Amino acid sequence: MGSLRLVTIALLLAGPAFAQTYGVGRATTPEELRRLDISIGPTGEELPPGRGTAKEGAQLFQRKGCVGCHGKAGIGGGPAPALQSKKGQDVPIWERERILPLSAPFATTVWDYIHRAMPLGNEGTLTADEAYALTAYLLFLNKVIPEDEVLDKQSLPKVKMPIGDDYARLPEWKPGTPRLQGYPY
Amino acid sequence: MDSKRTSRRELLKGGAALAGGLTLTSGAIAPALGQTHDHGMAMGGTQNEYPMVPGSKELIEYGQRSHYVTSVRMAHPMGGRASPDAFGKVFHVASPLQDSVGVVTPSSLHYVATTRGSYMPDIDPAQHTLTVHGLVDQALTFTMDDLRRLPSVTRLQFIECAGNRHNGRQKTVQESHGMTSCAEWTGVLLSTLLKECGLKGNATWFVAEGAEEVKGASSMPIAKAMDDCVIAYGMNGEAIRPQNGFPLRLCVPGFEGIFNTKYLRRIKIVDRYYMNYNDFGHLDRKPEEAALSFQIGPKSVITRPSGGQHLPGRGFYEISGLAWSGGGAIRTVEVSTDGGRKWNRAEIKATPQRMAHTRFGYMWNWDGNETEILSRCTDEIGQVQPTREQVAQYWNVPFERDYRVPGLDNSVMPWRIAKDGSVTNGLA
Repeated sequence: MGSLRLVTIALLLAGPAFAQTYGVGRATTPEELRRLDISIGPTGEELPPGRGTAKEGAQLFQRKGCVGCHGKAGIGGGPAPALQSKKGQDVPIWERERILPLSAPFATTVWDYIHRAMPLGNEGTLTADEAYALTAYLLFLNKVIPEDEVLDKQSLPKVKMPIGDDYARLPEWKPGTPRLQGYPY
Repeated sequence: MDSKRTSRRELLKGGAALAGGLTLTSGAIAPALGQTHDHGMAMGGTQNEYPMVPGSKELIEYGQRSHYVTSVRMAHPMGGRASPDAFGKVFHVASPLQDSVGVVTPSSLHYVATTRGSYMPDIDPAQHTLTVHGLVDQALTFTMDDLRRLPSVTRLQFIECAGNRHNGRQKTVQESHGMTSCAEWTGVLLSTLLKECGLKGNATWFVAEGAEEVKGASSMPIAKAMDDCVIAYGMNGEAIRPQNGFPLRLCVPGFEGIFNTKYLRRIKIVDRYYMNYNDFGHLDRKPEEAALSFQIGPKSVITRPSGGQHLPGRGFYEISGLAWSGGGAIRTVEVSTDGGRKWNRAEIKATPQRMAHTRFGYMWNWDGNETEILSRCTDEIGQVQPTREQVAQYWNVPFERDYRVPGLDNSVMPWRIAKDGSVTNGLA
């Protein structure tokens, strides 16, 4: 009797550790995930097959109407940000313009952004080849890669971005901690 | 004009209407519906002090405020990117804090910010789903009905835009602080969904993504997901408004506004910072800058009297304002009425909630002289709202008039009171 009571108490104490689940929601199918998962992380593991070069990207930049907002060869002047740096490569990266295909720490960020959010009004319509080609063109415009480099699932994550390691990582977040250790405000 | 009504008017004119006269109307449940209510409610047939507004289907079904109350949102910032913007889209819209009372922002007046000036998606909630996948034992897709089956939470929470930065050019508190709002949000804890899916041991970050045209995405720590993030479907007692993320919004208490993902359609559990879309906007060189642009610090502002308002003369006024912090609940608020020399404990108007606007008040007897009024707050983990001078001192940089506080600007806001009772921006 006594031991049974102990077991009950132990179970009650351990209660919160037994994560209650409710069996609500249905399993997502692999096909749904292929369609939905447009997040491309730094390793590039989610990148789809395909390929593209700066030359192909230059044509797409005209044909898809990118010029209308970003200017000829991305020099700016329209309602959307410039995509080509005007400052030389000898200028330190944090003193140059904040341009996605120049300042991003990963080339995958550029591919993800174009594929996810461009072109305006027709977002999500670019094929994988087109996204590789436009990424190559914008990286070439900013002298990150040579004009003839072929970007694909293997080469894109290996592109060395000019910022290198020179950017901040966020502090480890825990409940109840100040926004910056030692900062009184 | 039906005959019944005419006869009633004649009755009233004849002075025969007592309180019982009301029963003469045909519809006892809705007495004056669709009619001009021109008879006296008061005993003895006295004249009405105010015009009587007829009822209507619209007023009965979904009420509206008095036409005398004209407080509205406005484009933010003044003189900055217009709204609608260069693409003809609504960009940032600020809430009229100068007219606010209590802590809840009406949904119609909640501030709005959009990712790159996006259109609002017109989502059919019957078609909408949320998928949770990545480093989980089982990827799961939830319909809106599924989410309503799970245990719910209801919490007050402020959301503040990183662009809520005050300067000397702004005239009103709406311009200087209107990019924060507080609503009562109802939904399911994200941790509940993650337990349904089964979180893997190497999960350290998650990416939340909306269904608007750019599919805005942000990386956040998994510790935050397990602590207090809410998958919200309700706002101020009804479905979330489209401008605020209908039908589903991720609420991330105390983090900068952009993390509170609207039109939430997908959560991906990952093992690193993903540097997608919104994350690039947070890219900083210094770790301090990055940290200060993440969780919001303690902040308060006096909303009345504030810029553009006017004190009619000396005497008592309740100084009223809002305080909030991303670090937890507000512990104390102090008010100074002499430009910051003496600080007085303000009254906190209700039990302060974690990461929620807290209303404070301080009774002030104005002597009619020129002065400056300010407020500062302290949160439950001891973070104190600073002046700009204090922040400059901390970073050991020279203080200048237009000093830019690193990260989200939580510095003290002064309002100047002139002898004639006019209230203006103390930073000007």
